[in-house]
Amino acid sequence: MSTVLVAMSGGVDSSVAAALLLERGHEVVGMTLKLWGGPSDSGCCSVSDVEDARRVAAQLRIPHYVLNLTDEFDRDVVSPYVDDYAAGRTPNPCVECNRHVKFGLLLDRAHDMGFDAVATGHHARVVHTVRGPHIARGIDRAKDQSYVLYMLGPGVLGRVMLPVGELDKTAVRDHARRLGLRTADKAESMDVCFITRGGREQFIGERAPMVPGTIRDVSGRVVGTHAGIGRFTVGQRRRVGVATGDRRYVVDLDAPTATVTIGSRDDLLRPHVGLEGLVVHDARVPDVVDVQVRAHGAPVPGRLDGTTVRFANAQPRVAPGQVVALYDGDVVVGGGIAR
Amino acid sequence: MPPSPSRTRAVVYLDHAATTLPRPAAVEAMLPFLTRVYGNPSGAHGVARAAKTALEEAREQIAEALGARPDEVVLTSGGTEADGLALKGAAHAVRAADPARDRVVVGAFEHKAVLSSAQRLEREGFEVTRAAVDARGVVEVDALAEALDDRVAVVSLMAVNNEVGTVQPLSRVADLVRERAPSAVLHTDAVQATPWLDVAALTAPADVVTISAHKLGGPKGSGALVVRRGTRLVPQADGGGQERGLRPGTVDVASAVGLAAALNETTVTREVEAARVSTLRDRLARGLLEACPGAWCNGDGATKVAGNLNVGFPGVDAQTLLVVLDSLGVCASAGSSCSSGAIEPSHVLLAMGLGPDDARASIRLTLGWSSTDVDVDTALEVIPRAVQRITSRSRV
Repeated sequence: MSTVLVAMSGGVDSSVAAALLLERGHEVVGMTLKLWGGPSDSGCCSVSDVEDARRVAAQLRIPHYVLNLTDEFDRDVVSPYVDDYAAGRTPNPCVECNRHVKFGLLLDRAHDMGFDAVATGHHARVVHTVRGPHIARGIDRAKDQSYVLYMLGPGVLGRVMLPVGELDKTAVRDHARRLGLRTADKAESMDVCFITRGGREQFIGERAPMVPGTIRDVSGRVVGTHAGIGRFTVGQRRRVGVATGDRRYVVDLDAPTATVTIGSRDDLLRPHVGLEGLVVHDARVPDVVDVQVRAHGAPVPGRLDGTTVRFANAQPRVAPGQVVALYDGDVVVGGGIAR
Repeated sequence: MPPSPSRTRAVVYLDHAATTLPRPAAVEAMLPFLTRVYGNPSGAHGVARAAKTALEEAREQIAEALGARPDEVVLTSGGTEADGLALKGAAHAVRAADPARDRVVVGAFEHKAVLSSAQRLEREGFEVTRAAVDARGVVEVDALAEALDDRVAVVSLMAVNNEVGTVQPLSRVADLVRERAPSAVLHTDAVQATPWLDVAALTAPADVVTISAHKLGGPKGSGALVVRRGTRLVPQADGGGQERGLRPGTVDVASAVGLAAALNETTVTREVEAARVSTLRDRLARGLLEACPGAWCNGDGATKVAGNLNVGFPGVDAQTLLVVLDSLGVCASAGSSCSSGAIEPSHVLLAMGLGPDDARASIRLTLGWSSTDVDVDTALEVIPRAVQRITSRSRV
C-alpha cells in the first residue's frame, strides 16, 4: 500500500484513476491544479471542472485540495509557448506542462507532503523491466498518451502511477458509470487548455508582436506577404494564403527576417531530424527505434546517431519545437525536441 | 505518512477569521424563525407582526452593540454586500450631488469586497487612490492624508486587517478626513474588529460601518451596515423599500436574530474572551517561533487583535504546509481563496512589502471564541512537526 496523490482534472480519466487506486488499497488524496488565471470559462481549470473533481473526491470519500500553480504555469508553459510561436517554432504545451508542472512541481510538492507517488489519468503505462520502470503505450492505442510523457524515465517513474493506461477508454467510462461518478460521460478535453476563446493566433497576437513579412518559394522568389510567422507551422498546408496551382506547404520559418518559405511536399522531405534536450532512458537504445513525431502519428523506423535521428526513409520535416519520441516496441526509450 | 482524512480525528480549528463555530445562543435564537415564526415582517397581519416584532428587537440589540440608533442599522446578506453598498452607494450619492467629487480613497490592503467595489467605481470613472501600508501592517497615515482633498467622495479604511489582524488608525484618519475632505463619507469595514474590540467606540468616527455575523459565532449570510443619519447612500438594488429603501427585499428575520444574539454574547464576554484568547495566541506564537528556526510573525504584535497570528516558515510552501496540516487535523489558511478554492498569494502581505517568497511561506492561524488550551497544545505538537517534515524532505 502506498499513499498516492492523484492529479484530478475533473475529467473521467483522472476520476477513474483515483477510484482504481482506492480499489487497490492505496491511500488516496485528490488534488486539482489551478494552472491558468486568465479569462477561462471552459478551460482546464475552470471552476466547474474543479467542482467536478471535488464532487468525485467526495463520492470516493477522499480528501481533495486545489493547488494554485498559476504563476509557475505561466512561467514554464504559457510564456515559452508564446515565445516559441513568435520564434517560428511549434511548441507542445502539454509536454511542457507534464515536464515542469505535473511531473516536476507537483511531484516535488507531493514528495514534500509525504506522498509516495503521484498518479494522473494519462493513457499510458508504467512498465517495469530489469532496467527499471519505463513509460509504455496505453492499452487503448487510439488514446495513447505515452508520446507526451516521453521525458519520464526511471529516475521519477518509481513515484508515478498511471492506472487508466491499463484500460481502454470504454472500460474507463464503464467503470465510472458503475461507480456512479458524475464525470462518467463528460466530454474529452481538446486543444490547448489555456486558449479558451479566440483561438491560437489571437492568443499569441495578444502576447507577442506579430511582425509582418514576406512569403518566398524555395528559390527565394517573393510570392506573397503575411501578418506574422506566429500564424504558421512548418508542414502546414492550409492558410498559406498564396494562390498557386499545386499544393504548397510551409517548409521553413525564419523569425529574424520574418520569412515564410513554401514549397512542394518533396521540398519538405528530410532524411533526419536533429534533437535538442535529448533524453535517453536506457543505456541500451536499440539500433533501430520507432520514431514518433506527433501525438497520434504512426511511428516510422529510424536510428539514433548522437543527437540526430536518421529516418529509414525520408520524412516530412518535423516542425522545430515538436516532440520526437523514440520507442522500442511499446516502450519509450527516449526523445527530444526537434531543432 | 501523509494525508489520512481529517474526519477520523478531532479537528483543531485555527481559521476563525474565515468563519466561526455558531454560538449555541445564536442557533437557539434563530430556530423559531426557521420553523414556526415564518411571517414576512413587511406584512400587516398577526403572523407578520410576530416576525416584525422580533426583527425590530434584533435591530435594537444590534444598534446598541454598535453604538448606533436602530434606524441607522441596515441589515444585509453579509460583509461583502455591506461593503459594496457603502462604497458604491456613497460614491454614487456624492457624485450625483456634485459631479466634481469623483475620488475614492481606500487602504491598499482592504478586504476584496472593498477593493473590488473600488475597482468597479474606477471603471465608472471614479479616480481611486489606494493608500500604502507599512511593513507593520498599518496604513501610512501621511500617505493617506496627502490623498485627501475636496474632490474625495468616499474614504474606506478597515478597522482591523483580516489577514494580519492589525488595528488601523481609524480615529486619526477620521480627523484628517474631517479637516481635509469634510464632506467625504468615511466608511470602515469592522468585520474583523467586532469579535475583539469595543466596536461602538472604535467605529464612532465613521459615517458608515460594516459588520458580519459569522465571524462572531452568528450565521453566514448575515451582516449589517450602520448608516449614520445624514449620510446619503444610493441603493444598489431595486425593490420594495425595505431597510429604508437601501436594501430592498424581504428581510431575513432568522439571520437578524442570529446576528443580534451572537453580537450580544460577543459584547458581554468580549473583555474576558480577548484576554483569554490573546494568552492562547501568544503561547502559540512563542511555541512556534521557538520550535521552528527562522520562523517570523507578520503584522505588528503590538497592534494585533487577540485572535490573529500570521506566521512565516523559511523555505516552506504555505500550500504544501496547509495540506499536511489538514491531514493532521489542523485547519489553517493562507492568502485568500478564489472561487475554485485555490489559494492566491496574499495581496495583504505583498502590500506590506513582503517578498513573494516570504508571502508564499506564510500561513494565517486565527483563534476564536471556541478555541481552547488543548487546541494550542495540539497545534504546537503538530505544526512544528509538519514544518520540519517539509523542510527536511524538500532539499533531498
